[in-house]
Amino acid sequence: MKVKDKKMENAPKRQGLVIFSEIEKGAGLESVLKIKREQVVAEISASNLKGRGGAGFPTGLKWKFAAQEKDEQKYVVCNADEGEPGTFKDRVLLSEYAPLFLEGMVIAAYAIGAAQGFVYLRGEYKSFVPALEDELKEMRKNSLLGENIGGKKGFNFDIEVRLGAGAYICGEETALIESLEGNRGEPRNRPPFPVNTGYNGHPTIVNNVETFAAVVHIAAKGAGWFKAIGTEKSAGTKLLSVSGDCGRPGVYEAAYGISIKEILKMADAKDVKAVQVGGASGICVPKSQFSRTIAYEDLSTGGSIIIFGQKRNLLDAVENFLEFFEEESCGQCTPCREGIPVLIEAVKMLKKGECGKEYLKDILSLCETMQLASKCGLGQSCPNTLISIINNFKREYTLSKDSKQEKAFNG
Amino acid sequence: MAKVCAVPKKIIKDGKEVMVCDETRSRLLPVLQSIQDKEGYISDKNMQEVADMFGIHPVEVFSVITFYSFLSEKKKGKHIIRVSNCVSNVMAGSEKVINEFEKALKIKTGQTTKDGKFTLERTSCIGMCDEAPAVMVDDKLIGKVTPQKVKKIIQEQK
Repeated sequence: MKVKDKKMENAPKRQGLVIFSEIEKGAGLESVLKIKREQVVAEISASNLKGRGGAGFPTGLKWKFAAQEKDEQKYVVCNADEGEPGTFKDRVLLSEYAPLFLEGMVIAAYAIGAAQGFVYLRGEYKSFVPALEDELKEMRKNSLLGENIGGKKGFNFDIEVRLGAGAYICGEETALIESLEGNRGEPRNRPPFPVNTGYNGHPTIVNNVETFAAVVHIAAKGAGWFKAIGTEKSAGTKLLSVSGDCGRPGVYEAAYGISIKEILKMADAKDVKAVQVGGASGICVPKSQFSRTIAYEDLSTGGSIIIFGQKRNLLDAVENFLEFFEEESCGQCTPCREGIPVLIEAVKMLKKGECGKEYLKDILSLCETMQLASKCGLGQSCPNTLISIINNFKREYTLSKDSKQEKAFNG
Repeated sequence: MAKVCAVPKKIIKDGKEVMVCDETRSRLLPVLQSIQDKEGYISDKNMQEVADMFGIHPVEVFSVITFYSFLSEKKKGKHIIRVSNCVSNVMAGSEKVINEFEKALKIKTGQTTKDGKFTLERTSCIGMCDEAPAVMVDDKLIGKVTPQKVKKIIQEQK
């Protein structure tokens, strides 16, 4: 039995093209302090960096909106509330690469003109708090935080670590802000977006831990260097959290454009039935599509890769996902709150072979309604796995020919 | 509504240190978390006190507590054992681990032992899928838990 943070010290040095590549502490910040704030935003925009949490909003654009706001108080928030089932890459960044992503936050603060930052850390990662606090102290000592950072007059910024309390939905940026403000973590209507009206009504940027980590490398090595990695539309690399039926689960850094096949080889997975890309809110990819790639233009993901071997029952998996969503739905909007229990019931019927063809059509139509009408990403994406299983894995279920529903439908 | 400064905060303005409490309400979660850590739950009395501190209605405090699964208005055990039941963990055998905990503690999931020492819960992904099955004992993340290790984990908690 090993406690995680102890093991980290002995972990082999990680290797990768961007996040896990060599960099000197403070190198990113040093180069941005030499240029104007607008140039920093322009550099990040030029790098084509997009949000690594999964939604893929261009980071440079987000920063530009916040930088344009005329408000004395602006905030930089690091979203360290990774809760998507099958994701654990932030655990690695938080425990092994804290100086890196914290430096990214300082760079963001300089770019948009913020004086206060928060790391919103999920409650499950509470054991990382002491080490993070130590790192913040160290940074204050080295003038990487506090007043006149890096000798730049008037650039004051500090970071506070705030803990979540076990709510998946708080990974949604507006819910996260609500939680920071001391409220129930219920997503807000958007617009207004946080870059205009965020924490306590002030312009706020919320970025993923991995995004901040990438920013430092871009600042130090240039947008051109970064853009050359990955595909045309997806610059850079993605940290993949690989788990499930494979020989080598773990966190891998891969350039965008990597295929599922290559990932399976990397993780030593054999005899695979399906791969769940993007966690519970992602999609289930069948063997026939294993040449598809991880990229914003193909399979866009926060990095969760769960591998299902031949013996796994995919309906069990989707039932687990939907039960998770039922528990984590904040309950404020109807399609999500009322839709999820109906989907769970449908999966149970499918498992028993009691679901008929027409009822299945109704279920797919409900899925579509939820995707269109739910207020936030949770409700919009929770039917994804079920849809992909119904469409791509017809062998996983048998439709009933004389179910009650069918009879009712046919009169 | 009168604004009470729950936790005064030092900020730097125009090069000078000044005390502000402009974000009173935003301190609610940290205050509740510290009570939860100390007492193991947030009692009605504590809810009232916190409400007075922030100048809000106790129902509002209650609504926040009930939203977050790591805050509790009911007394729980001294140690909370949370077994992850996300798909990766289920595939790695988390159900067997839960059964073993239930047997060893003589309680069902969701219950607290009679001596008030342990509460057993299921929880969603705790970010340890590469070391599944994983459990969280209070704040500690423990990976690669087998049914054989369950007794040792329980014994290690004082």
